[in-house]
Amino acid sequence: MSKRSLRVAYLARVEGEGALDIQVHDGRVTKAHLSIFEPPRFFEALLRGRRYDEAPDITARICGICPVAYQMSAVHAVEDAFGVAVPEPLRLLRRLIYCGEWIESHALHIYMLHAPDFLGFEDAIQMARAHPDVVQQGLELKKIGNELVALLGGREIHPVNVKVGGFYRIPAPSELAALADRLKRARDAALRTVSFSAGLDFPDFEQDYEFVALRHATEYPFNEGRLVSNRGLDIPVREYNRHFEEDHVAHSTALHARLSERGAYAVGPLARYALNFDHLGPTAQEAARAAGLGPVCRNPFKSIVVRGVETVFACEEALRIIEHYEPPSDAAVHVKPIAASGYACTEAPRGVLYHRYRFDGQGIIRDARIVPPTSQNQATIEADLRAIAGAHLNLPDLQLTRLCEQAIRNYDPCISCSVHFLRLNVEGV
Amino acid sequence: VNRSDRAVAPRVRVIGVGNSLRGDDGAGVEVARRLEEAGPDDADYLTGPVDSASLLGAFAGAARVIVVDAACSGAPPGTIHRFEATRAPLPPRLLRETSTHGAGLQAGIELARALDRLPPELWIYGIEGSDFGPGKSCSHAVSLAVDRVAQEIRRRWMLPGETDPR
Repeated sequence: MSKRSLRVAYLARVEGEGALDIQVHDGRVTKAHLSIFEPPRFFEALLRGRRYDEAPDITARICGICPVAYQMSAVHAVEDAFGVAVPEPLRLLRRLIYCGEWIESHALHIYMLHAPDFLGFEDAIQMARAHPDVVQQGLELKKIGNELVALLGGREIHPVNVKVGGFYRIPAPSELAALADRLKRARDAALRTVSFSAGLDFPDFEQDYEFVALRHATEYPFNEGRLVSNRGLDIPVREYNRHFEEDHVAHSTALHARLSERGAYAVGPLARYALNFDHLGPTAQEAARAAGLGPVCRNPFKSIVVRGVETVFACEEALRIIEHYEPPSDAAVHVKPIAASGYACTEAPRGVLYHRYRFDGQGIIRDARIVPPTSQNQATIEADLRAIAGAHLNLPDLQLTRLCEQAIRNYDPCISCSVHFLRLNVEGV
Repeated sequence: VNRSDRAVAPRVRVIGVGNSLRGDDGAGVEVARRLEEAGPDDADYLTGPVDSASLLGAFAGAARVIVVDAACSGAPPGTIHRFEATRAPLPPRLLRETSTHGAGLQAGIELARALDRLPPELWIYGIEGSDFGPGKSCSHAVSLAVDRVAQEIRRRWMLPGETDPR
């Protein structure tokens, strides 16, 4: 009887602390774990008793890479509870700040975290010695994303300018116009990113995922839309809790999310792309086609190409919003708290980010629930690990371990975000 | 990194790395703050936490860059380490990465080296810390070292007519 164990105690090039654990008995994968051991942070608990208008800034602290996603899910959930709708210019500015976050987050992952896997380097520093132009391009792209977030959010990381009802300060048209040339550069760099990533070698590997993403009537999704899947899910965000559940597994401090009826599902770039290809716009669609992608991509290793395509989209969308920008009359609309619950999903770079809050009549948070994309992808990541390891058992340990690490990084897992680990089934109590 | 306002790149840039809310980790920020208060001079100052990508931007434009960070090598608290970083990598244990959530100073310097984006002169000061507890200020030994490092940087690198001892 043969037994084989592969273990990476500290995964590199992911955000946060996790390990990989694969066991093979007699030619069969018997265990494929993404073990998340980062301590839980109890954000839902510390939100209780805080005012509604603190939610965007408290939850932004969950992640240094996708704070805008947390702020957007928070403000939309609060506004859902209080029946607030923001006027079109503010709605567009929210899409615009999200473009900045997608650009910086996707550029970071494509170039600094994921590309070294494909090119055979330990890290981005090694890769920079051999391919300085590639890394420079990634850093330049990320910088322009940061500049967009800094302009709208007040600073690059953990922006401070987002509030329930709108923003504290809105940019002058001249400030936005000044970024247009930079964004055109970013778009060109993003197009080169798609061709660069399309030229990498991909394992021959496809899975039949249930993809879940927001779907909006006319737009590639950031903040609005219904939650849909390629297997018939089509629900308003308010019904999230009826269709999704979270389980604790012993090897993870992050809860595993599942569709109640069908189990594991995937969120993130591949899901958004498959469910919203028609809304990507001609430039990004053309880039995708030129990269050899169809309207659906089931090879998770090609997520690096899809991130590039989404980066093209984000640059184009940002340019479109800037070109038509007319400042709103007020930076924010008035908000009056009522006793109610509010729900929101937005599309973080890594996928759907769900927030739910219950408020009392003074707008104090009575309970909160946050489901980040990485906890939703955990079961799918493990299914991928099982399949990819099973298909490559002929590889020596070192190569097989590397391939499995790469398979985890396909999802750009943000482990720190994922560790909430707090059961809060108090809705309706 | 927070950058002080200035239209033109100066001759000297001081980067104070760290978190002032975490005890001795704030040593670098404190050195930059004292130097800036003692100005005016042909220098600008950046302070705060650092990630490797933003460090590349912070290196751009200045002829001489001085980075001050807290160190954690096992030496007695308040020990001052000094390195010129354009010629060789820093000792790996000195300013070791303390976070799995982002790449820091060491990675940033090596990334800049790989991309040929190091400044012409790059001096790294490490101040050995001992207490990195939340909500604290620098310990006594580290405060004394902060004074000494600020004085040395001013005397050696920022006054007119100083020479590079290399």
